[in-house]
Amino acid sequence: MNIVVCVKYVPDATADRKFEDDFTVDRVGVDGLLSELDEYAVEQALQFREKREGEEIEITALTVGPEKAVDAVRKALQMGVDKGVHVLDDAIAGSDYVATSLVLAKAIEKIGAESGGADLVVCGMASTDAAGSVIPAMLAERLGLPQVTLASVIESQGDQVRIKRDNEGSTEVIGATLPIVLSVTDQSGEARYPSFKGIMAAKKKPLETFALADLGVDAGEVGLSVAWSQVEDTTERPPRTAGEIVTDEDGSGAGALVEFLASKKFI
Amino acid sequence: MSEVLVVIDHVAGEVKKPTYELLTIARRLGEPAAVFFGSPDQADAVAQKVKAYGAAKVYVVDDAQTKGFLVAPKAEALQQLAEKSSGGDGLAAILLPSTFENKEVAGRLAIKLGSGLITDAVDVQAGESGPVTTQSVFAGNFTVQAKVTHGTPIITVKPNSAAPEEADGAGTVETFDATISDAARTAQIVATQPRQSTGRPELTEAAIVVSGGRGTGGNFEPVEGFADSLGAAVGASRAAVDSGWMPHAFQVGQTGKTVSPQLYVANGISGAIQHRAGMQTSKTIVAVNKDPEAPIFELVDFGVVGDLHTVLPAATEQITVRPR
Repeated sequence: MNIVVCVKYVPDATADRKFEDDFTVDRVGVDGLLSELDEYAVEQALQFREKREGEEIEITALTVGPEKAVDAVRKALQMGVDKGVHVLDDAIAGSDYVATSLVLAKAIEKIGAESGGADLVVCGMASTDAAGSVIPAMLAERLGLPQVTLASVIESQGDQVRIKRDNEGSTEVIGATLPIVLSVTDQSGEARYPSFKGIMAAKKKPLETFALADLGVDAGEVGLSVAWSQVEDTTERPPRTAGEIVTDEDGSGAGALVEFLASKKFI
Repeated sequence: MSEVLVVIDHVAGEVKKPTYELLTIARRLGEPAAVFFGSPDQADAVAQKVKAYGAAKVYVVDDAQTKGFLVAPKAEALQQLAEKSSGGDGLAAILLPSTFENKEVAGRLAIKLGSGLITDAVDVQAGESGPVTTQSVFAGNFTVQAKVTHGTPIITVKPNSAAPEEADGAGTVETFDATISDAARTAQIVATQPRQSTGRPELTEAAIVVSGGRGTGGNFEPVEGFADSLGAAVGASRAAVDSGWMPHAFQVGQTGKTVSPQLYVANGISGAIQHRAGMQTSKTIVAVNKDPEAPIFELVDFGVVGDLHTVLPAATEQITVRPR
């Protein structure tokens, strides 16, 4: 069995994230890391394998991004994934969801080509930078696979997969037959930390780099200049001005709070 | 005038407020045509509701064809509807309420139609070459103006992005028969458990949100009581959800709901970046926290350093007896 986990290298959410002059996300000047939400995807891929003792399962971590994006793959290798693939090509910079999903889909096809296709594609619920949550659905569309997304609980037996999904007004159980595209939420279970052994072992694991040409994708189909959605401007939000802070003493806090709410006409 | 498709947000025919916001936005861009995925029995009642907000047409897609399977059937139906209705002078845009499910529908639709996609818009205005969207990104630290440059602009729009304005529409009901392929029926909804209504306003639509975090220690009574005195929705931080004190549906933050109410009251919430991402664009922010060093105080218009378990019940009492 062949599992591909899509991982994204994102600017650290706790750092001062910003944009380049062409309004693309600054992915070089700001410290980056494996998106926290993709750690859950790596974790679920590993657990999927651990629950299937005796089966031969290979897990590949896949990323698309600039040179430093390989760090996201390395982290996944340290957590226990078997091999890494980094799609690296200057032409990809500035790609929108549509183009990114194309590159990922072609890479997944190539990774699975020798074994008759990937059996399971796992994604996080969103990236922590763009936060669109659309890539898993787009991959299912492009790969023609069942879309089993936003899972908080994942169970599988043989080629059957069942998940729990929290929808807007309800909780649903979704069932599908492998191969599928699966996305998992941060409710799916704490992601493991790489062990010292894992960190050492990761250094010897295979890590391949593909260019667009290796995937049969024309450079003219991707990148900022052909993106079907375009950012025209970005504006930094002015910092919130410091408000009034009072300390509650002998019940004074409640009165002050009520007065504030009344002054703003909330009561 | 070109049509703008607006996907109706409803629960069993009960139209929700974001629909009216989207219809109001749609009128800036063209002629609103509402799309109802639901039971044909409810179509007339729904049409009455949406025509009052300017829907010229109401396309009814019998959800017997689309329900039971995740996302893919709806995307197929919308593709067919878009291709049919763009026969004249083209669609000006397709607008969907920005829920997780609708974002996924929009993603698949973008690939099917060869169209650009913009998610989580907080404003949409008519521009010289199509709609111009505003998004709030990087935990609300930046706003971004963007537009779609290829195909029919597909835009998912967050709740509270426009004040709903009534306008007379023709509201002509038209049944649309979609053909759903077997390939779109592969992720089956095996069971559905509707969430129990709390009787409080919907978190993402509420004018006031009162949230609790780790500092509640698992006792949400003070938070809920205070919320009820203000007619507010109740929210929770991830710490409170992870501790099992509140269901995930109440989580405000990066991996929960993004809210942008008139007033947000954070109680016993430290204010980590993940939480800020979900509430930073609120108009007025208030916090109650024992820890004077809590980062949430950097954001607030008004803060009380104190124990929520004493401050909130006392404030609730004062609000309740206050003459209106």
